[in-house]
Amino acid sequence: MARRTFSIGGVHPHDSKISRACAIEVLPTPPVVYLSVAQHIGAPAVPVVKPGDKVKVGQVIAEPGGFVSAFIHSSVSGTVKSVGPRKDLAGNSQTHIEIAVEGDEWLEGIDTSDTLITDIPEDNKAILDKIRLGGIVGLGGATFPTHVKLSPPPGMKCERLIINGCECEPYLTSDFRTLLEKGEQVVIGAAILKQVLGGVPCTIAIEENKPEAIAHIREVIASLEKVSPKFAGIEVLSLKKRYPQGGEKQLIDAVMHRQVASGALPISVGAVVQNVATALAVYDAVQKGKPIIDNSVTVTGECFPHQANLLVRVGTPLRYILDYLGGIPEEAAKVISGGPMMGRAVANLDAATLKGTGALLLLTEAQTRRRPETNCIRCGKCADACPMGLEPFLLQKLSRLGDVEALEENAAQDCIECGCCLYSCPAGIPLLDIIRLGKGAALSAIRARNVKK
Amino acid sequence: MKVLILTIAIITALGLVLSIVLFLVAKKFRVEEDPRIDEVEKVMPGANCGGCGFAGCRAFAESAVKAPDLDSHFCPVGGNDVMAKVAAILGFEVKAKAPMVAVVRCNGTCANRPKVNEYDGFATCKVKATLYSGDTACAYGCLGCGDCVAACQFGALRMNPETGLPEVDETKCTACGACVKACPKAIIELRNKGPRGMREYVSCVNKDKGPAAKKACSAACIGCGICVKTCTHEAIVLENNVAYIDYGKCKLCRECEAMCPTGAIHGINFPKPLDKEAVKARIQARQQKAREENNKEA
Amino acid sequence: MDKLIVSPSPHLHAKDSTRSLMLDVVIALIPAVICSVVFYGWRELLLLAVSVATCVLLEWAVTRFLLKKPSTIGDLSAVITGILLALNVPYTLPWWILVIGAVVAIGVAKLTFGGIGQNVFNPAIVGRVFLLVSYPSQMTHWEKPQGLFGVDAITGATPLSAVKEGSLGDISYADMLFANIGGSAGEVCAIALLVGFIYLLCRRVIKPWITLSIFATVALTSLIFWGINPERFTDPLFNLLTGGLILGACFMATDYVTSPMSVWGGVIFGIGIGFLTMMIRYFGSYPEGVSFAILIMNSVVPLLNRAFKQRKFGRK
Repeated sequence: MARRTFSIGGVHPHDSKISRACAIEVLPTPPVVYLSVAQHIGAPAVPVVKPGDKVKVGQVIAEPGGFVSAFIHSSVSGTVKSVGPRKDLAGNSQTHIEIAVEGDEWLEGIDTSDTLITDIPEDNKAILDKIRLGGIVGLGGATFPTHVKLSPPPGMKCERLIINGCECEPYLTSDFRTLLEKGEQVVIGAAILKQVLGGVPCTIAIEENKPEAIAHIREVIASLEKVSPKFAGIEVLSLKKRYPQGGEKQLIDAVMHRQVASGALPISVGAVVQNVATALAVYDAVQKGKPIIDNSVTVTGECFPHQANLLVRVGTPLRYILDYLGGIPEEAAKVISGGPMMGRAVANLDAATLKGTGALLLLTEAQTRRRPETNCIRCGKCADACPMGLEPFLLQKLSRLGDVEALEENAAQDCIECGCCLYSCPAGIPLLDIIRLGKGAALSAIRARNVKK
Repeated sequence: MKVLILTIAIITALGLVLSIVLFLVAKKFRVEEDPRIDEVEKVMPGANCGGCGFAGCRAFAESAVKAPDLDSHFCPVGGNDVMAKVAAILGFEVKAKAPMVAVVRCNGTCANRPKVNEYDGFATCKVKATLYSGDTACAYGCLGCGDCVAACQFGALRMNPETGLPEVDETKCTACGACVKACPKAIIELRNKGPRGMREYVSCVNKDKGPAAKKACSAACIGCGICVKTCTHEAIVLENNVAYIDYGKCKLCRECEAMCPTGAIHGINFPKPLDKEAVKARIQARQQKAREENNKEA
Repeated sequence: MDKLIVSPSPHLHAKDSTRSLMLDVVIALIPAVICSVVFYGWRELLLLAVSVATCVLLEWAVTRFLLKKPSTIGDLSAVITGILLALNVPYTLPWWILVIGAVVAIGVAKLTFGGIGQNVFNPAIVGRVFLLVSYPSQMTHWEKPQGLFGVDAITGATPLSAVKEGSLGDISYADMLFANIGGSAGEVCAIALLVGFIYLLCRRVIKPWITLSIFATVALTSLIFWGINPERFTDPLFNLLTGGLILGACFMATDYVTSPMSVWGGVIFGIGIGFLTMMIRYFGSYPEGVSFAILIMNSVVPLLNRAFKQRKFGRK
């Protein structure tokens, strides 16, 4: 059988996983953490603590501000110092809860031991509640509240759960290390999700450049299958290495050979995709009663002397992490939160990590500096690379002209902002930068029309 | 010779037939419209800048002809002259509007506002604004990519390479408002041009608290409120840590400008440079007098 | 680390640049250039030098002084135009005629449209066709060459024009493959051109569809005509190996700027070129039709780009 992957476009950047051998290491708790109220897609959470309050690890400090929103828990024990505006990594003002760390006292009911709990509770409603109360959001990048994703709209049925272990972005290794070191927990988390979704079959998709992880998870599944029948129906699928395989639509295409229509949700083709780190968080929340208070972060870059995969408390200042590993080298010109293809450049190193912060990547000027823009030579490389089958060269032109109607006609709203076009352009045209504007315009035009209806 | 005659004959015949066809088509598809639309359009500047809120001069004319009065129609480019002509054509009363001009409310020059980041992407403010707060610690100030300059159809804006800020050429600015719409940080404001162009304004929109604002930019409005206290015309309001001068109330006394500790208040086109010390002395004398009167009353 | 650079994602870029891609094309043309110099002697080298120098200098001067923009000669596209033009003319052509051709190619066909990426027609072909119609006698004057190393087994007329005049003589296919025939420099050594083409394919600079569909169409069309009347029409292999078809199909029809972007657009483009070439060869007054065929098909590229689009993800 031909090795599976998604059907349109894609690029092959060098995978540069230089931190793959680094085991996950626990980062010492910083003296102060800053927890943003906007760590997820949707409405910001509403703080429920005030300055002077004593909090413990795992205690709720902010409640959901709407249906699509999430709980936020204290990642440390100590005293709330302030609740107010502070600059996030883009330098924009956002409400943060500042907590000065005193000791490390956990809330009762959280199982901090390493014992593996394989018994999955029967009550799905209780599980969903635990996931919601655990503040769990999609940790693959989009940070969409998980409990919302697990409640398919009426009339739609889930047919397959896909656990996304592609980690197709170069440099990133935190999911890979999680699969290797916490494979059991991930598989149990997957089994929980699978049960909540009605016992659908589950595929753990891993790219073939991680053979150790594929072999390890296969072993784990084999041994867990002996423990309980609940672990039956989970398979590992090795996928061809190709970016952006980890994109939700691309992954569903690769695994199920179904394409999610423009503007539709994955559930419309019967798929629910969850990230490896999310599965682990689900295990922690359901089996151990532990909400998201830490996550693994890859800290890497060729210019950085100390590659690492760290277990970091949510809200740790970025500078603290980098200083722990020896500070920022002189050659580093850009710090990226996330991977090099879709991550966000950090403008403010005093910002703190969020639940969804999966990596800190340091690049030198030579690695990252944009090339000067020259004329389009109509080579068509951008169109070949686009995993959505769009024509970036055309979209950027329409976007510059502000022709919203034509943008919509040419499906600018379908752009997933994966960056393949800009990555592959030999003329150095900032395609994606410009197309984002057009995408925004097209989306708001569609939204305006829908409102009118 | 025969060929020549034949050619002329064919061409003439063809011309005749086609002109008849054209005439018939024009007659058949003729659209009846108010002849005043053409008249109004003729007196418009014809820049089609959209500053009036319509898609162009023609659209403005079409709408103006149907309108019950001209209150909702104003051509910022043509100004009162054009509006007087339009009103004459349509038989409306002339209502003069004070001339306006675009004002850039940021003085975060390279010297005043140290850069902490460097942007490397598609160089427009719009893209930059969606990405992060800007290259300096000030999240409100000018991003410096010149979207306003690109939006200006009259060549009235240019980026000053030394300050990194846009500058308005008042003789060319028509107050069409294109730059106001283009600026993602809402820094540019259309203000009353003022007598002989003289006006006072606060050249900062930073809503941060004093220390943060001051740290980000030495020319920031720190929201101290001294100007509000100084002003004897109640023309200044302080909201969200930024002062704003209401040009309807401002009497151009320049006292606030003299008192502002960061120099965030700008007065331009005044015939003489501001003598800060003299103005301060005047204010102190006045305040002294007020205090004495207060004491007397007490 | 002084200031942090901030930019929208992605933060990495592929290594290809316009310049590196063009450099690959230049490298791919080197075997053909060497071949032509070996077979036609130093005069061919002079023509190449004159052509490349004119193209590059003109582009530099126009962008610098007329357009007042940063010069684009660094992207090497003018070099390619120069080489292709020189390979497309007889080695006996007076050098000043070639200068005129280069001026037309770069000045008229490329820069008037706005420089690289904006031109509708392949500059080298426009230059060549301009010379062909302006200086027909010099452009079809094929002389017995003095090869570099005394390689001189080359007949006077090109095989195609010989056929037009009714006498092919005894040129074997092997002669055509190994540059043993008369013609303009680049037309003659099929093997050298194919080596360059394979290099471009390996480096993934171009895709094979356009070239293959030209070859297939030429072969098929001539097979049909030849099958009907082998007396009057030439056979497929002859048509594939002569008259710059390989040069045109491998290097000129595959020019990024003037060819369609999608696979199917490229196939149609190739079929059009192949078919038009054969029609001109069989029924036209010119012995050779590749240049005209490419020019004609260049003009429909925008339509092909519009008509053949990739299927979008999740749409019918």
